[in-house]
Amino acid sequence: MVKIVQVYGGMLMTAMGQTLLLALLSLFFASILGLVFGMLKVVPNKVCNFIGMVYVDAIRGWPLIVLAFFVYFTFPAFVQGLGYRSFRLTSLQAGTIALALNCGAYMAEIIRAGIQSVDGGQMEAARSLGLPYITSMRKVVLPQAVRTMIPSIINQFIITLKDTSILSAIGFPELTNATKTIVANTMNTQGWMVAGLMYMVVIILLSKLSGYIERRVRYAQ
Amino acid sequence: MHSNVKISVQGLKKSFEKLEVLKNITLDITEGEVVVLLGPSGSGKSTFLRCLNQLETVTDGTILVDDTDITAKHTDMNQVRESVGMVFQHFNLFHHLTVLENMTLAPVQLKKANRHQAEQTALQLLQRVGLADKATVRPAQLSGGQKQRVAIARALCMQPDIMLFDEPTSALDPEMVGEVLAVMKNLARAGMTMVVVTHEIGFAREVADRVIFMEGGYIIEQGAAKEVIDHPHEPRTVDFLSKVL
Repeated sequence: MVKIVQVYGGMLMTAMGQTLLLALLSLFFASILGLVFGMLKVVPNKVCNFIGMVYVDAIRGWPLIVLAFFVYFTFPAFVQGLGYRSFRLTSLQAGTIALALNCGAYMAEIIRAGIQSVDGGQMEAARSLGLPYITSMRKVVLPQAVRTMIPSIINQFIITLKDTSILSAIGFPELTNATKTIVANTMNTQGWMVAGLMYMVVIILLSKLSGYIERRVRYAQ
Repeated sequence: MHSNVKISVQGLKKSFEKLEVLKNITLDITEGEVVVLLGPSGSGKSTFLRCLNQLETVTDGTILVDDTDITAKHTDMNQVRESVGMVFQHFNLFHHLTVLENMTLAPVQLKKANRHQAEQTALQLLQRVGLADKATVRPAQLSGGQKQRVAIARALCMQPDIMLFDEPTSALDPEMVGEVLAVMKNLARAGMTMVVVTHEIGFAREVADRVIFMEGGYIIEQGAAKEVIDHPHEPRTVDFLSKVL
């Protein structure tokens, strides 16, 4: 194990960097998707509710690896078929799209549940003062909803961070992919232990951060 | 005598799914009038109140507030609500904000005042409800009576000319009812137009210009407070009052 770290340490750290890059990009877009579709599910409008439902149900029904293959192979082929012959997606682009769509659906559900956990009287009181719906949501409901959402959101971030390993299947050079190469070249299966520990360290740091944020907002309450 | 009609309700009906809660309510409320709605639970009085600021949409009929038809689709309800304050049974203070922030949120967001002016107004109103020392605390640190007084002050920050009260003392411990009613009495004396749903018969007798008894979605009886409470004509009013007095 020590030998793997000595010889391949740099390569593993680079791969971890790619893992984090993919995770951060995906989480960024997933947060936007989650907020948009989570809101669509709670606003008092049947058409919006339906759009939100379709997105969440469709994405949650697809295994991530199938979604990744679809975005990486099927989607570009479809676009090429429309006449854009040179259209390609890099594995980073396809990976980000697939992970963001996947994580966004779960985020939408977390945000919907968080908003609905806030007592309806809060919205009514805000509206009774003359505040428009959006302002009431932004200034009164969401700040309270976020407090209950934080543990679930961090949990989803952790899941998505680990799900980046699935994108090794489309050849993205992240940690799992790099480890596969190292193990194949060295015939030393301990590489998987190194990879596991590296994921674990990052995720423990992330959950510590989560605990810190949770304490901060609880204090502010 | 009051003569300016502030709220005019014509043929108001409200149904939830198949359940008809309000059946043809017609009523005028004049400027400065204090109207108390009495009636058993399920009689429709809270629903009626919530129709007056469109927290409930109406099924049929019209409601004019200051000659604006608030049941019309094109009416900007947000603007109407700025002049119609509401106080809720469960206070509904914003838990994540301090007392002062609760009070200044709407005036500042709606550009009725800049932050400094809004805070000055809020502090004066807090003084008026006897809570000048509570400006920086959060709702969780207040007693029920204090919360409701803040809720009243918060509504007043928008300088409304109508105030709606939906069972403002029903969720309070008995010893805290008095402090809230005292604030409401002051408001009534200052000439505020008020519509109050309550079970406080004593308050109705002392403060109300008019008492309306509702049951089953209808106005059963109405008139001067002393008249309706002490000499009711309708058997259902008599029956109700015998249970609550």
